[in-house]
Amino acid sequence: MSAFDSLKDHTKEGRVFLSRALIAFVVVLLLVGVLIGRLYHLQVIQHDNLAALSDDNRVQLKPVAPTRGLIYDRNGTLLAENRPSYSVTLLKEKVGDIEATLAELQKLIPITDRELKSFRKRLKQRRRPYETVPLRFRLNDDEIARIAVNYQRLPGVQVEADLIRYYPFGAGLVHALGYVGRINEKELKRVDSTDYSATHYIGKLGIEKFYEPLLHGDVGYHKVETNARGRVMRVLERADPVPGKDIVLHLDIRLQQAAEKLVEGRRAAIVAIDPKTGGILAMVSNPGYDPNLFVTGISTKAYKALRESPDLPLFNRALRGQYPPGSTIKPMVAMSVIDSGIVSPAHTIHDPGFFTLTKGGRHYRDWKRGGHGKVGLEMAIYQSCDVWFYDVSNRAGVDVISNYLGKFGLGQVTSLDLPEALPGILPSKAWKKKTGRGSWYSGDTLNLSIGQGWMLTTPLQLATASAVMANRGVWKQPRMLKGVMQHSQNDGNTIVDGTIIDISGLEGTSAVLPDIKLKNDKYWQKIIDAMIAVVHGPRGTARKVGKGIDFQIAGKTGTAQVVGIKQDAVYDAESLSERHRDHALFIAFAPADKPEIAVSVIVENGGGGSSTAAPIARKVIDAFMALKQQDADVKELERVL
Amino acid sequence: MADFQRSMPDAQPHLARRRGLWSHTRLDAWLLLFILILCGYGLLVLYSASGGDMDYVIRQAIRMAAGFFIMIVLAQMRPRLFARWAPALYVISLGLLVAVLLFGVGAKGAQRWIALPGFRFQPAEVVKLVLPLMIAGYLANRPLPPSFRHIMISLVLIFMPVVLIMKQPDLGTSLLIAASGVFVLLLSGIYWRYIFGALAVAATGLPGLWMVMKDYQKQRVLTFLDPESDPLGAGWNIIQSKAAIGSGGIDGKGWMLGTQSQLDFLPESHTDFIIAVMAEELGMIGVLLLLLIYLLIIARGLVIAAKAQDSFGRLVAGSVTLTFFVYVFVNIGMVCGLLPVVGVPLPLVSYGGTSIVTLMAGFGLLMSVQAHRQMISH
Repeated sequence: MSAFDSLKDHTKEGRVFLSRALIAFVVVLLLVGVLIGRLYHLQVIQHDNLAALSDDNRVQLKPVAPTRGLIYDRNGTLLAENRPSYSVTLLKEKVGDIEATLAELQKLIPITDRELKSFRKRLKQRRRPYETVPLRFRLNDDEIARIAVNYQRLPGVQVEADLIRYYPFGAGLVHALGYVGRINEKELKRVDSTDYSATHYIGKLGIEKFYEPLLHGDVGYHKVETNARGRVMRVLERADPVPGKDIVLHLDIRLQQAAEKLVEGRRAAIVAIDPKTGGILAMVSNPGYDPNLFVTGISTKAYKALRESPDLPLFNRALRGQYPPGSTIKPMVAMSVIDSGIVSPAHTIHDPGFFTLTKGGRHYRDWKRGGHGKVGLEMAIYQSCDVWFYDVSNRAGVDVISNYLGKFGLGQVTSLDLPEALPGILPSKAWKKKTGRGSWYSGDTLNLSIGQGWMLTTPLQLATASAVMANRGVWKQPRMLKGVMQHSQNDGNTIVDGTIIDISGLEGTSAVLPDIKLKNDKYWQKIIDAMIAVVHGPRGTARKVGKGIDFQIAGKTGTAQVVGIKQDAVYDAESLSERHRDHALFIAFAPADKPEIAVSVIVENGGGGSSTAAPIARKVIDAFMALKQQDADVKELERVL
Repeated sequence: MADFQRSMPDAQPHLARRRGLWSHTRLDAWLLLFILILCGYGLLVLYSASGGDMDYVIRQAIRMAAGFFIMIVLAQMRPRLFARWAPALYVISLGLLVAVLLFGVGAKGAQRWIALPGFRFQPAEVVKLVLPLMIAGYLANRPLPPSFRHIMISLVLIFMPVVLIMKQPDLGTSLLIAASGVFVLLLSGIYWRYIFGALAVAATGLPGLWMVMKDYQKQRVLTFLDPESDPLGAGWNIIQSKAAIGSGGIDGKGWMLGTQSQLDFLPESHTDFIIAVMAEELGMIGVLLLLLIYLLIIARGLVIAAKAQDSFGRLVAGSVTLTFFVYVFVNIGMVCGLLPVVGVPLPLVSYGGTSIVTLMAGFGLLMSVQAHRQMISH
């Protein structure tokens, strides 16, 4: 080292080093300046943006589902409630291997293939981060326990409590109420996605569907701080959801159940309306099915069984069953011909048992072989004489009759809040042409006059027409909703009348018909008297049901030849003859002078209206009166105590 | 000559009187003070960055204590001793680096550790100190500025360990080691034309570097250039650290109150990205304070280097000091999004054992240079 040492200039080396060290320090200062510049850029210039970014990271809005409104009957009996239910859910972000976790869960609790399939579908759907995906619903205590003890091994698996819809009256009310089910992609697009961001269920059918905007309520929010793994650390702010409105229906569950019982084992429909309000007191379509099966998703097998049952339980006969009305429309037809002045109320014919359009032409038969002889308007109704109607309708022509029938709501949907209701068919010349059935023949008019041929009506329409008749032409739109239950601490529960609830914007707005003004107001009583004679007259077709009551029932029997309903596809040989029997119909209102209830009854393949349908209607009216008396007694008792 | 001086301490009575007992520790009081402040500040931030976990703080403090011990030991030794041992240490280190590639253990696809019974260590950390000693020892014995031949030999000496470490692969460490060697060359006064020539060659050689980089290293560079291209993957770190720094603003969110760090949005928050925690919680003021401490340490290191008696001491002290700055700059630059993500810790603040010990050993070298200065001449 000393050999090299001698060549070194120590002073110069020191000087060179010093200059280099100084340069280095200047560079260090410059680079520190760069860092400070960068910090200034981030922390001062970009501060607002980056602070917002950092807040977006940690602050999340967690939507909180509102509690769905309850549905009560007119007396406050719960028809649809919310019950806690436990379901097992998976959090995608936390579950490492979804398939392995599913396999593990299947060892613990039974999971059907269908549940797996719909789980996978839900997993693929649009989803907020850290939102759990339900796998199986309605866990029982044993299943909850089995999952709970294995929590450690199943990261991301949770048992969640949820409120789900429960229909305590099951199959009996499904056609009146409808049901809710898990919301699907299509429905999510239709509704306000913000409002439904936490909602899992939506009304699929009936009242539940129609009053969805009232029942649903408004979504609430919890502003939460989460960590990077999505765990909620604390709630920063909360806006509680506004629960859905509790709604009250006109329906009286006691009457509904009584009516249901009357048609047990039959394919039948009963609709009872309060003519004073249009409120639907009972609406039975038998057979029904258990709506609770549909809430969390019905199994394919169970659904197939329902769909393929020959009795068509899924078919809502009251709203969608379009039957030939038969003679039940005769009072209205009679009204049309006398009010339009085609014939006088005293118009009388001779009924030989048939009617011909031209001499020696085709015989249009009366139901009674040999005919009724001399027949006037009243007898034509209480004896249901076909020939009288052939005669007058032939004189009037189709459009006069059609016009009057339309005023009673036939051929269109007039109900306020039953979105599934069908309009039936009110034939006219224009209708026949428009639908490509060719030109109108006189024979078509004759068929129409006795409720056969092209004419189709639903039980709801017949009950409505009966109510309009009971009201002497005053229209009260048929409706399920009585009002909204308002809970207040001071004076308990009060019902806000349905007519003042803002339901604009609800879908399915239907025709509101004007009251029927007759040229001669006395004709109402004339026709109604004839209808009273149907039940109470010595020769009325329904005279058997007019006994033993201290008020009068106005009614009209009907017997419709079976053309078969379209949906009724299955005709096995064994039931063929039964299925070819006539449908039995009856419409009625009571008490005739001061109507409180209007009823329509149809029993598919029930035989004659007088023998099958009329007794049922009578019993419905009896039940209604008995309940009214019972309520009055209770009230009296309460007053006395 | 030095031995002679030491045997006659009374030759400089005024010095002995002024320094008193402290001079016997052979520690540089200013440097020690700055380091202690830095360590304290680092522990404070680490406590928050670890989510208030005292275990981390204690373990880090223990490492610091070990570092101080090594620093004190090294401060006692004469710089010439290091120069004498450097070649042997250099050869052993190269051997260990080869051994790492052959038998090493590691994680995340990189082999960096040698496991010995009881503990494991990273040979690369040793190289961080051995290399500047080796180059400084080599050049200090030759006339300066060094000739082209000596420069080339020095570059080969630098190149060998750097390549071995890159192979592990550990881009951050190889960068630091290359820097420590190159700093010796630069400080030795090599001609500017060589420096600019080398820069020109390096610029043309960049594509070549790209070719030999591993996929994950390329990915890091790409992510650095455009973090938003992969916001949930590789870009996540940078986006989150920028959000942390920026949201801190001037005065910060408050100690232990940084949402990015406390809620785990910031990855590696107690190791490489700890500056983001500081920036978020203590704001720009906190970071400026840290930078000031670093600058004081660097300034003191350069003063020690400048005052050193011989070229070896100057070059070693200068290289160690500037390498220290490279740590600071690369780490903060990377967390701020100025540089690609390479694994370089923030000196004495980031949680982690080996780098602390190495850094403190480096300070030990500085102190050795400083302490043995006055004993040589005057």
